[in-house]
Amino acid sequence: MLLVVQALNGLQFGILLFLVAAGLTLVFGVMDFINLAHGVQYMIGAYLGATLAAATGSFWGGLLLALPAALLVGLVLEWLVFRHLYARDHLSQVLATFGVILFLNQGVKFVFGAAPLQMPVPEALSGGVPIMEGLLYPTYRLAILAAGLATAALLWFLVERTKAGMLVRAGAANAPMLGALGVNVDRLFMLVFGFGAMLAGFAGVMAAPILSVEPGMGDNLLILAFVVIVIGGIGSVRGAFIAALLVGLVETIGRSAMPDLMRLFLDPSAARQAGAAMASMLVYVVMALILAVKPAGLFPVKR
Amino acid sequence: MRWRDASLPLLVFAALAIAPFIGFGQGHALTLLARAMIFGMAAMSLSLLVGGAGLVSLGHAAMLGVGAYAVVVLDHAGVTEALVVLPVAVLAAALFALLTGAVAIRTSGVHFIMITLAFGQMAFFTTSSLAIYGGDDGYTLFSRMEVAGSRFLEGRLAFHFTCLALLAGTWLLVQALLDSRFGRVLRAAQQNEVRAQAVGFAPYRYRLVAYVIAGAIGGMAGVLLSQAAEFVAPAYLTWQRSGDLLFMVILGGLAGPHGALVGALAIVLIEEWLAELTEHWRMIFGPMLILCVFFLRGGLVGLLRR
Repeated sequence: MLLVVQALNGLQFGILLFLVAAGLTLVFGVMDFINLAHGVQYMIGAYLGATLAAATGSFWGGLLLALPAALLVGLVLEWLVFRHLYARDHLSQVLATFGVILFLNQGVKFVFGAAPLQMPVPEALSGGVPIMEGLLYPTYRLAILAAGLATAALLWFLVERTKAGMLVRAGAANAPMLGALGVNVDRLFMLVFGFGAMLAGFAGVMAAPILSVEPGMGDNLLILAFVVIVIGGIGSVRGAFIAALLVGLVETIGRSAMPDLMRLFLDPSAARQAGAAMASMLVYVVMALILAVKPAGLFPVKR
Repeated sequence: MRWRDASLPLLVFAALAIAPFIGFGQGHALTLLARAMIFGMAAMSLSLLVGGAGLVSLGHAAMLGVGAYAVVVLDHAGVTEALVVLPVAVLAAALFALLTGAVAIRTSGVHFIMITLAFGQMAFFTTSSLAIYGGDDGYTLFSRMEVAGSRFLEGRLAFHFTCLALLAGTWLLVQALLDSRFGRVLRAAQQNEVRAQAVGFAPYRYRLVAYVIAGAIGGMAGVLLSQAAEFVAPAYLTWQRSGDLLFMVILGGLAGPHGALVGALAIVLIEEWLAELTEHWRMIFGPMLILCVFFLRGGLVGLLRR
């Protein structure tokens, strides 16, 4: 019974992870651009959502206004910083986007203060849904799951079944050739970038009511998102989806099962500490194993 | 070794040597300089990998962590003699580098970054699970180590010059390695792996040796870090710390160990200076990094070369 709850929590965390990783893998796959600042866009989304929801007095108003705002922030960053880095080597990209992280993490602290912000759960989605005899699961978490799955389906449709998606896939396989065929690659890059930023922002808004909105909240998610795109195969949205669910489940179930497992060997307090650490480590062990067997990830993009 | 490459580090070492006597002799300033020098050693060892071999590691803080935790384990067991602790810690870090490097070096590019990150995170979570050594809260050392029975390292100046000597030694070692045949093979394999193999070199072995040497130097820096703070915590091994080391190397420039040295000193000292100006110093430091990337190709040392 507890396992069902943990599995649902894991899937829901995996979905959030996917929304962040999808943009990251597209930007990386299509533009060969390592954007460390992608996690910050998730944080910006959460802050925008919380602030705008407070300003409009409703969750839905916050969500609807936060999406275009997150898109705008992404496009401004692209115009100011990122577009000057596409032609540079990975190390320069890493250093410059790290500068963006420093600035924006401190920036939100400057504007909103260091204390976490709260965003209310929408009225219609508060309360719980009985998923089993005597077991209520929060409606809002199920809503995140549903919204995430819908977004994933939409993304699959866009990438696999539309002309724009075809161009994106072509860009991931060979961007210079795509340019030579008369496609405006710069504009394509900007679109992909803005869309990725908006997805990350969407994940941020969705997560805001259940997590605390605070500076630096994107940093640890970013590193997990990188794990996801490497496991899934860089540039592959399908790979990112499956890897995100895998990482979400491993992380969440490990977190609840590991301390119990450790209790078999250690005394309770040591088991709790060791178990929590082992659970966090589990994701990296899984990644190392997968890369040892399939070095290009589960669904490598063919070149 | 070209004279131009040597003149800059020699100048830096001279400045560090006279710093305590020209107004930087108080506790706070010396603590800061020791920190800068220790990160300088770690960054130079990383630059052997990044600049010399093209191996971008995002798990280098784990090497410092293994070194620092070796000090903790021995301290807990009552062993505080530097002549024992230092070799053991360096060997432990080298062994960790050998085991993880043997796997990691089979990959390249982004996958190498992620594998080293994975090993770094494993080390981080392992240390935070060690309840016996304080877990997340860390472990406070009773005091600094003895050197051949004397409490030599307790002296502020003695510690300063110990760090400086090891810093200079690290620079000399890394520069000599890069200038040697070994370093040339590493660079050749980085530029064109197929050709390097065709003329009869097995890049894997050279890279692994470089990885182990870098790990050993990182372990030494970790020992010094534990001595400077008299405290060790899993926070030493976070991926952010590995990232900081990488940023020091890139900011300074990949032309040689002197780049990493300048990068480490610049980042530690500028951070401190900005933090004194304003609490929101990262809002200045972040854009500074971006502008450096935009306008300083070749890093800080590229600027001096012009």
